[in-house]
Amino acid sequence: MCTYLTQHVTIEGSGKFADGWSGLHNATVYFDHPVHAMAEHTLNIDFFTAPDATGRRIALELTADTARELAAAIERAIASAPTEIVAASSITRR
Amino acid sequence: MNHELRAGMVRFEGDGGDEIEGYFARPTDISAFGAVVMVHHLPGFDDATKAMARKLADQGFAAIVPNLYVREAPGASADDAAAIARAQGGVPDDRLVGDVDGAATYLRALDGSNGKVGVIGHCSGGRQSFLAACKLELDAAVDCYGAFVVGNPPEGSGLSARPIIDLAPQLSCPLLGLFGAEDKFPSPDQVAELDRVLADLGKPHEFHSFDNAGHGFFAVDRPSYRVEAANEGWRLIFDFYGRLLAS
Repeated sequence: MCTYLTQHVTIEGSGKFADGWSGLHNATVYFDHPVHAMAEHTLNIDFFTAPDATGRRIALELTADTARELAAAIERAIASAPTEIVAASSITRR
Repeated sequence: MNHELRAGMVRFEGDGGDEIEGYFARPTDISAFGAVVMVHHLPGFDDATKAMARKLADQGFAAIVPNLYVREAPGASADDAAAIARAQGGVPDDRLVGDVDGAATYLRALDGSNGKVGVIGHCSGGRQSFLAACKLELDAAVDCYGAFVVGNPPEGSGLSARPIIDLAPQLSCPLLGLFGAEDKFPSPDQVAELDRVLADLGKPHEFHSFDNAGHGFFAVDRPSYRVEAANEGWRLIFDFYGRLLAS
């Protein structure tokens, strides 16, 4: 089935394309049919370079189990860093 | 009967007079033919949908797949365009109807057209096929597991689609519905409700639900593909269009 459920997240950060880095401003997260992964449904994340979810895209399609493992690893990585360093993790505009 | 065919990209006038693009396939060895507007699914204007257009041409029908995402993402790959369209809530209903109308006009103007035009769609395109058949004068409509004809999208989905069962009295042509018994969107109960509403209205329709098939059973490039349901589904489609669209 198509779940159609889409979570929207405003993000700060950057991603790398084949031709170089770009700022990322928006992400959508949804559990639905993948384009490439050979599963009926996957956890999909699209990172966009423009605030209105347009521009260029970095896409991920992960099985549910590995998506959960990734989410837990992200939480562990952030938790393991000193609080003051995490608190200072905001984009410096140049 | 298999026909010789020609296929490629064309441009035509869509909703609001916008110039949009579509993938067009037509038989080249017959002098008169019916035609079909094929509405692509939520994952976009992809190779699998274009192959379906060629399959229709092979059976003697002209077919066009409008690129519904060309405004949001001109020139983008099918999957990138679909991601952008998803993030923006999907295609507005009014615009979809205008684009299908433009495609139908293009098809009716073809040298060799018999004037008959049907519509078909899968997944989100199934709902949009029903929508177009209620808003436009068409000759045959096929809804392949379209969700939200009956029932709302899940809360928080961000989709602009709304149920359109209230449009059923305006259905302009016979409807063939092909569904997977294991699908949740649309569920068997929702399919039964649509069946009941159309029966009460006296609207010609025939519905088939396939066991051992869920959503997307026609999709040859996805694990949801179910060969038995898809083969029988295609046979039903060709029979239906043969009766209603052929010269």
